[in-house]
Amino acid sequence: MSQLEIKDLHVAIGDKSIVKGFSLTIRSGEVHAIMGPNGTGKSTLAKAVAGHPDYTITSGDVLLNGASILAQEADERARSGLFLAFQYPSEIPGVSIANFLRAAVQARLAEGEELDATAYYKRLYAKMDLLKIDRKFTSRSVNDGFSGGEKKRCEILQMAMLEPKFALMDETDSGLDIDALRIVADGVNALRGGPSAPGILLITHYQRLLDHIVPDHVHVMWDGRIVKSGDKSLALELEAKGYDWVKKEFAAA
Amino acid sequence: MSALTYTPPPAPAADSATENPVVGIDQTKGDFSYNMDYEFDAGTGLSEKTVRYISSVKKEAPWILEFRLNALKKFLSMPMPTHWATKDLENINFDKIRYYLSQGQKPKRTWDEVPDDIKKTFERLGIPEQERKFLSGVEAQFDSEAAYSNIKELVAKQGVIFANSTEALREHPEIFRKFFGKVIPTGDNKFSALNSAVFSGGSFIYVPKGVKVAQPLQAYFRINAENFGQFERTLIIADEGSEVVYMEGCTAPKFSTSTLHSAVVELVALKGAKIQYITVQNWANNVFNLVTKRGVAHEEAEIKWIDCNIGSRLTMKYPGVVLKGRKARGEVLSIALANDGQHQDTGAKMIHAADETTSNIIAKSISVGQGRSTYRGVVHIPKHLKGCKNNTECDALLINSNSRTDTYPAITVRGDQNATQHEASVSKVNEEMIFYMQQRGLTEGQAMSLAVNGFINDLARQFPMEYSVELKRLIDLEMEGSVG
Repeated sequence: MSQLEIKDLHVAIGDKSIVKGFSLTIRSGEVHAIMGPNGTGKSTLAKAVAGHPDYTITSGDVLLNGASILAQEADERARSGLFLAFQYPSEIPGVSIANFLRAAVQARLAEGEELDATAYYKRLYAKMDLLKIDRKFTSRSVNDGFSGGEKKRCEILQMAMLEPKFALMDETDSGLDIDALRIVADGVNALRGGPSAPGILLITHYQRLLDHIVPDHVHVMWDGRIVKSGDKSLALELEAKGYDWVKKEFAAA
Repeated sequence: MSALTYTPPPAPAADSATENPVVGIDQTKGDFSYNMDYEFDAGTGLSEKTVRYISSVKKEAPWILEFRLNALKKFLSMPMPTHWATKDLENINFDKIRYYLSQGQKPKRTWDEVPDDIKKTFERLGIPEQERKFLSGVEAQFDSEAAYSNIKELVAKQGVIFANSTEALREHPEIFRKFFGKVIPTGDNKFSALNSAVFSGGSFIYVPKGVKVAQPLQAYFRINAENFGQFERTLIIADEGSEVVYMEGCTAPKFSTSTLHSAVVELVALKGAKIQYITVQNWANNVFNLVTKRGVAHEEAEIKWIDCNIGSRLTMKYPGVVLKGRKARGEVLSIALANDGQHQDTGAKMIHAADETTSNIIAKSISVGQGRSTYRGVVHIPKHLKGCKNNTECDALLINSNSRTDTYPAITVRGDQNATQHEASVSKVNEEMIFYMQQRGLTEGQAMSLAVNGFINDLARQFPMEYSVELKRLIDLEMEGSVG
């Protein structure tokens, strides 16, 4: 059982303060959804936790199993078990998905330890079968010329292969039509069961993703922090009343 | 013969680029001892005396001496091409260069004296122990002599001549003289003139009619069996319908005894012949590498240059093909990597001189840090020709914002019965891409190296397997070192 603790986190981009006192604890196997209108700091939170160099953490802490990760570079955090599924994944021309993932898996091995190529491909193909991804997919260059749906499936495949302790999924539903959404959701759900299931933080605008990936907890984010938490019914309430409801309630408080 | 032990004094930093003795090695770790054999040493500086000396040591025929002396005159009379090329050329001090070093002069140092970073590089490249010692100057030779004579004997059964140019001038003057200096005239440029005056070493290959040489001929073996050539002169003649692949260089860092390298390579592909010339070079970063390479492709013949340039202070190299016969084909595939303090000025020339000739140029350059890469290309298709085609693609990748790249394509296509296609792109490895890869667990250096390997991947795949593998390793090393 692992635990990711975000404690009173404040994040700025340049001089501008974006995340203002965000706190949340996620345990293995749990799915937390964070909802909120544009510009409330959801993506900033995810990137700051993952260690993006443009985001400055001005105060607060992020602890993985009790130890702060803030002094670690992005790649160290990744190897410690933190995965970010990007809203806009980068294209890497000329590097196949298979080779990219292989490099990522190799990076997790101890110094001097060689990757077992046969075992790697066996595992890769098993994950692809699980996610119903065509074998030809992994010979394509990473995200190069991919449709929105393909990019998101590529993210899910990477997540499946790297078996993180915690996954931050940033607007994984954006730009997906309903069929692609279902495929991606099926993929995430396939990773949910079992003893090594990651803790997941789902960042989304919309309720519709939560019809397919049912969260254990729903949090509403507003102006850089969580203003309301509940179970999956909160998402439905939001859907019915809209974010204006939160704004009004919060402004009145 | 007098063997002296010579310990070079610490070189003054400002002039180190043109100073001779211990290049390619961190001079602060210097004090290597050399066994100097002055019997065959032309001394420093260039004069008629130097040229006469070289020719007499090599016991050359009078026509060659005349050729050399004529070239020397041209060299001395020609200005530096700094009206278009970099001013850095002016930093070459011709008076301080040794133009001829004999066989007897071999550096001698012990393995313990080889700097650690160089040892590490050898290790990372997976170079066999024996070769490491040779490359770092601990041993003057390894058993490449045997490898070379094996290949030489093997191909001799097919009538192929594979020799060094000095040997070939003596033993096959009739073939040599017919083609020598015809593809690249002495006065083609200042450095081809220099090479013509003082050339030494290099390969001579003649492939008889219809012979297809099964294995690539490797200069690696041959040159290692001598001293690394400073002014190499290579001439390859593929007679009608024959085929040959020639490989030059290796990816290990080359420790040369001079800071100026100026080779001339001439290829002649007669009717229906195919020549493929592959170069992978990794010079120490104080070397001026100024090379003239050109081939003539006769009717239905094909010449392909594969050229990888890594390292050096300044490389100027524009492999060319003169498409002289109908349906001749020419191709240049090149990769250049310019790291901090390096300038790769490379490109290609395609001179269409017959109907239905086709040429293809794909050039990729990578600039890292303050590294600078320049592409210069010439494609010439005159008006009276029909059915000629050219395709030119130049792609540049910049690793840091202060890297620099320039593209000077000169494509002259006249007449309405010819076609050309030109594409150029400049891309940057951006922070988001690096972050994305780091988020998957790769270090910044690994991420950079993967991005660079991806950039050249489609080109590198066309290389022989061992070269593309070595190239990848080399890029890994270069990129790791570039991350602060």
